[in-house]
Amino acid sequence: MNTVPVPKRRAAFSGSGSKRKASTTQIISFITLIITTFIMLLPLFFMVSTSLKSKREMLKFPPTFLPESWQWSNYTEIFDTLQFGTLYKNSLIIGVVTVFGTLISSALAAYGFSRYRGKGNQLWFMLLLATMMLPYPAIMIPQFIFFSKLNWIDTFLPLIVPSFFGSAYNIFLLRQFFSTLPEDLFDAGRIDGCGELRMWYKIALPLSGPALATVAIFAFIYSWNDLLAPVLYLSSTERFTLPVGMASLTSSRFRIPPWHLLMVASVLAMVPIVTLFAVAQKQFVEGIVLTGIK
Amino acid sequence: MTFKESRRQTFYMYLFIAPWLIGFLVFALYPILASLYYSFTDYDIIHPPRFVGLANYIEMFHNELFWKSVVVTLKYSFIGVPVQLLLALGFALLLNQTIPFRGFFRTAMYFPSMVSGVAMSLLWYWIFNPQIGLFNYILSWFGIHGPAWLMNPDTALYALIIMTLWTAGTGMILFLAGLQGVPASLIEAAKLDGAGRFKTFLHVTLPMLSPVLLFQLIMSIIDSFQVFTQAYVMTQGGPNYSTWFYVYNLYTSAFKEYRAGYSSALAWVLLIVVMICTALIMKASDRYVHYEGGGRK
Repeated sequence: MNTVPVPKRRAAFSGSGSKRKASTTQIISFITLIITTFIMLLPLFFMVSTSLKSKREMLKFPPTFLPESWQWSNYTEIFDTLQFGTLYKNSLIIGVVTVFGTLISSALAAYGFSRYRGKGNQLWFMLLLATMMLPYPAIMIPQFIFFSKLNWIDTFLPLIVPSFFGSAYNIFLLRQFFSTLPEDLFDAGRIDGCGELRMWYKIALPLSGPALATVAIFAFIYSWNDLLAPVLYLSSTERFTLPVGMASLTSSRFRIPPWHLLMVASVLAMVPIVTLFAVAQKQFVEGIVLTGIK
Repeated sequence: MTFKESRRQTFYMYLFIAPWLIGFLVFALYPILASLYYSFTDYDIIHPPRFVGLANYIEMFHNELFWKSVVVTLKYSFIGVPVQLLLALGFALLLNQTIPFRGFFRTAMYFPSMVSGVAMSLLWYWIFNPQIGLFNYILSWFGIHGPAWLMNPDTALYALIIMTLWTAGTGMILFLAGLQGVPASLIEAAKLDGAGRFKTFLHVTLPMLSPVLLFQLIMSIIDSFQVFTQAYVMTQGGPNYSTWFYVYNLYTSAFKEYRAGYSSALAWVLLIVVMICTALIMKASDRYVHYEGGGRK
């Protein structure tokens, strides 16, 4: 009882102190945030603004903040001059199929690892974790030779097929999540005569919305932005993905890069990703918390 | 567990992991071993590989461009990764407070991370343009005459580092998720014990955050060893090899000079370095990383 008043008094003191402090730190934080947000958003703002400028205006210095005349036609011009529609379509096809493949194969493997204590479970799981550290450049040459022997060069197959065989990082995320599902659910399922595969898609998958959304987003973004693999495998322009096509825009065929069109391309390249986030943001953040990247 | 039950478990486990297992053998294990074999050969991809022993590895150590790429990559990692992580942590701490327009700030900070890859490279290629670019224009507000960034061997690498800081939002999200996992009761307890903000951060928040920090440290270092897009789109490894990244070097050796053997040797050195880094960080992490409930199985 003797010691009680001391911490109490101290607590009361620091309590009121920290309250006053909190308000000053809050003001400082707020100002810091405004400045950093401004810095972070400025390039984006210029990206959009430049995408709407005329060819002449994009070369002006100092750059104008807002376009003098708004060239909405830039957004149609890019589809005419650079086969942009084809690039976009190619990237979308590869992205969507990849997401589909990753979801199925990763969810299967993650379920196998988390639900069954079979022989070798630990060993294979360690190997899985090890492949997470495996850099793509370290395996790309044999893979390239392998796919070229299959005559898959200049097709989408080398970019799509591997996704149907699971990806380590996503299996790890989903396995963490599946481990949190209560065993009782599956016992109940078994009593009801549910087969093992049915339990996977009737019980485990429907409960895993946020985790699956996270995996889908990761897989799509990875595929959408990837440059190295498409550069290796795709050679004809009508099969280029968006990144490959865009990278070729800076090449020597333009003496002055068409900045305004490059910015149109960059804005349009962002659209699917931003849309995805807008739709799945809540699930995504929840997924990150639940799958325990922490 | 009965014998029958254990067989059943094993059967279903292998059934479910079969796709991954096949993928592992075909798309990971086989390429690693093949790459090891190629690394001891002279191989132009068209003609069959010819065994040359350690020649590729010996050449590597005498190759100026190899060392250039190592230095460039390490410089990029050791400056870029810590700065980016600190920035991400700073943003996360700022945005973990109750502050007006918190949702807006979080989204705004994360937004640049959505412009990754080639689109980001193109955007910053323009920003760093010495004649019409935004970067030097803004510097001129403060009376600074900016360099030619990507065209100057002294500044090109730093320009790329500056660009990566722009995507600190990804790390911020992960830190925010981690911060939400820090029990409020622990922070309260620390306050009651008379710990100030900084001490609470150092002794409570940081240890609780260490698994996220570790995860990100490993991932960012490994990622930074594999920079390719920026070098390919923005600089082609130049000027004067100042952005000659390791993987760009590897790519050029294999697919421009058709020296798949030498390139495979480069790949194996990368693989070994990544493994060593991971192992070191994991080992060190036993000391300082705190897992809730003493570890996760």
